[in-house]
Amino acid sequence: MTDTNEGTVATIIERYQGDSGMLIPMMQDIQTECGYLPQAELKELSSGLAVPLADVYSVATFYSSFRLMPKGDHTIQLCMGTVCFLKGAGKISEAIQREFQLVPGETSPDGKFTFSPVNCVGACALAPVMVVDGQYHGGLTVDSAVELLDKIAEGDKSTEDAQAGGGKKK
Amino acid sequence: MSTVGTKFDSAEDLRQYRAHLLAQYDPAARRVRVCLGTGCTAKGSAKVMERFCRAAEEFGQESLVVQAKSTGCHGFCERGPIVVVDPGNVFYENVNEEDVPEIWRESVIGGRVVERLLYKDEASGETATTPKEIPFYSAQQRIVLAHNGVIDPTSIEEYVAGGGYAALAKVLGSKASRMEPEEVIEEVARSGLRGRGGGGFLTGRKWRSARDAHGQPKYTIANGDEGDPGAFMDRSLMEGDPHAVLEGMIIGAYAIGSSRGYVYVRNEYPMAVKHLTMAINAAREFGLLGQNILGSGFSFDVRINRGAGAFVCGESTALMASLEGRVGEPRAKYIHTVESGLDGKPSLLNNVETWANVPPIILNGADWFASFGTEKSKGTKVFSLVGKVKNTGLVEVPMGMTLRQIIFDIGGGIPDGKAFKAVQTGGPSGGCIPAECLDEPVDFDRLAELGSMMGSGGMIVMDEDTCMVHVARYFVAFLKDESCGKCTPCREGIAQMLDILTRITKGEGREGDIDTLETLGTLLEDTALCALGKTAAYPVLSTLRCFRDEYQTHIREKRCPAKECPGLFQYQIDVDLCTGCGVCRKKCPVQAITGERKKPHTIDWKTCTGCGTCFDVCPFSAVVKV
Repeated sequence: MTDTNEGTVATIIERYQGDSGMLIPMMQDIQTECGYLPQAELKELSSGLAVPLADVYSVATFYSSFRLMPKGDHTIQLCMGTVCFLKGAGKISEAIQREFQLVPGETSPDGKFTFSPVNCVGACALAPVMVVDGQYHGGLTVDSAVELLDKIAEGDKSTEDAQAGGGKKK
Repeated sequence: MSTVGTKFDSAEDLRQYRAHLLAQYDPAARRVRVCLGTGCTAKGSAKVMERFCRAAEEFGQESLVVQAKSTGCHGFCERGPIVVVDPGNVFYENVNEEDVPEIWRESVIGGRVVERLLYKDEASGETATTPKEIPFYSAQQRIVLAHNGVIDPTSIEEYVAGGGYAALAKVLGSKASRMEPEEVIEEVARSGLRGRGGGGFLTGRKWRSARDAHGQPKYTIANGDEGDPGAFMDRSLMEGDPHAVLEGMIIGAYAIGSSRGYVYVRNEYPMAVKHLTMAINAAREFGLLGQNILGSGFSFDVRINRGAGAFVCGESTALMASLEGRVGEPRAKYIHTVESGLDGKPSLLNNVETWANVPPIILNGADWFASFGTEKSKGTKVFSLVGKVKNTGLVEVPMGMTLRQIIFDIGGGIPDGKAFKAVQTGGPSGGCIPAECLDEPVDFDRLAELGSMMGSGGMIVMDEDTCMVHVARYFVAFLKDESCGKCTPCREGIAQMLDILTRITKGEGREGDIDTLETLGTLLEDTALCALGKTAAYPVLSTLRCFRDEYQTHIREKRCPAKECPGLFQYQIDVDLCTGCGVCRKKCPVQAITGERKKPHTIDWKTCTGCGTCFDVCPFSAVVKV
């Protein structure tokens, strides 16, 4: 996908009346549209706003919610806040990294999961917490976290199978 | 409630509208309130809500008015999903989808109480019907959280009916009764309100400086970039009572003469963004934001900016840099932001909870507010009581309540019969307070004297199984990741501290490490650019002060007394308890466990990596730490 979505960036710039102070909201909108911040879009944004590309990239790399690579089918936000940490988020992190070949901040080799540990999702009463595709899962254990992701991966597989070959079972 | 097209031209309009809403209110109507705060939603309250809504729709009796509505966070997240039935304020906990028909039939329609879903006191076994009878709520004093769990945060009508925007109406009033900006500032100053975001600066004084500052436009900003891990009170306010934050901001903007406002919300809080957006749109529609508010001639509008995931943006100058579209690096504050902030213009920034305190202060008066709290810390504070404590959730208490009252009376103490070890307040910039200080009153100054701080109000309880060196390392690792990198002491100093703490927790600590940590900590305090850097070493310094022997045991004996640091203690199988079920053997990632079926197993210490999987999975608690 090297083509830029014609007009996306222009529309976004217009949405904020070309105000370069709104650079961050514009980049958030691009990420919502594209799933990440593609190089071509950032270049277009830089020239459209007359903001040096270096500045655009400094913002893109400073803030942790911006991604420069496409994201996987599912986004995992594992809370690493103090309470989750006290209640074993570290072990959960190790286990899911091991089981699903995840690297913090990156997408798994099969493109299934993007793994982003976050500093606190603000649901401390439920610790340890993991947010998968916007859904909060609290009170996790190492086992239940792995199980949850297994189920999600399997769910995808069965839908794919169903679409590909009329629902044949493995 | 049909209210589309209502636009208030005067404070009197608003008063009449409220009277109209109250006249419509049927106290005999059956209402069921479902908490849709983040905690309860995670436990499935959205589905509970759906079923109640369906039941309400299908209900055919015209003689009885029934209504199902969603509310913001009740605070008692531990027991969610929470459902409350009116009339009677009957409080049900841990409600799931299957419970809905019974609650609907018995409680909502039948007016009877469903005993099995009531709160039950663990010690006495007695049940409580209303929140007031539950210890978690009875000791609280809710001013800021008064509307949370009561009103539907997406409905401006409910906010107005509950007395919302009455403070604004009092300020902007009719010509004869209008409060002058100076009077508003005086009222806030006299109340003794201090910033709830962490600094504890006197709010009235800040407002006065912003009013006196030269330059236009002036900006009014709400800091909702709640970055402290372990704190979620601002989230609950923005989600559960967004109009209160807006009303406070409008009053503040009037007081300092500002026409533009921003709410800066953390990226991780999508529901807060949604509810604030709805609130802003509704307020505009009703003429409470925009041109000529309530016919007073005063104009003000607000927009929302989402953060992009940087802890440092909770710092005022960094937040403003982010609002300008730049990286969130703080600047030195020789000139305060009230004089030169966003775009170099006078900017008044207050925390979300501070803003939410403003309407009740204006409405009930400074003296009323100052009647709560201690000499120099007035009013209440919302704390997120979390960690190793039975009743986790949000609590609002008068300043000056002791730590023991908060943790044991409201929080119910430590679960699983463990001993209390320390409580961490103030987020990564705060400190750990040991058991000896449990009877200290909680206010801004006393916490600072104890080597911690109020911060935004996180209160993380730790039990005997928590290793304080490990905790200190956690905070330093957090801050190393979040340091913006602008000033050398913070960027390099924290990295050095992390390196040392990592070695200590791995059993590679050396004599002299403690001295180096203290030197680095003091250096940071003296030389870092912003408040976050200056306080970055507090978790280390405070644990060194109160738990120095724990550091020494790690360094000298290569042992972790709390048995938490992997490698500094060992897992062993208690042969008397082991049934030989084999679960641990199957789960061990490095095949360190051997044993025949139905016979006690053993762990090979040489292969064991100390990951603790066996400890977690053993159904008989036969794996012990030694």
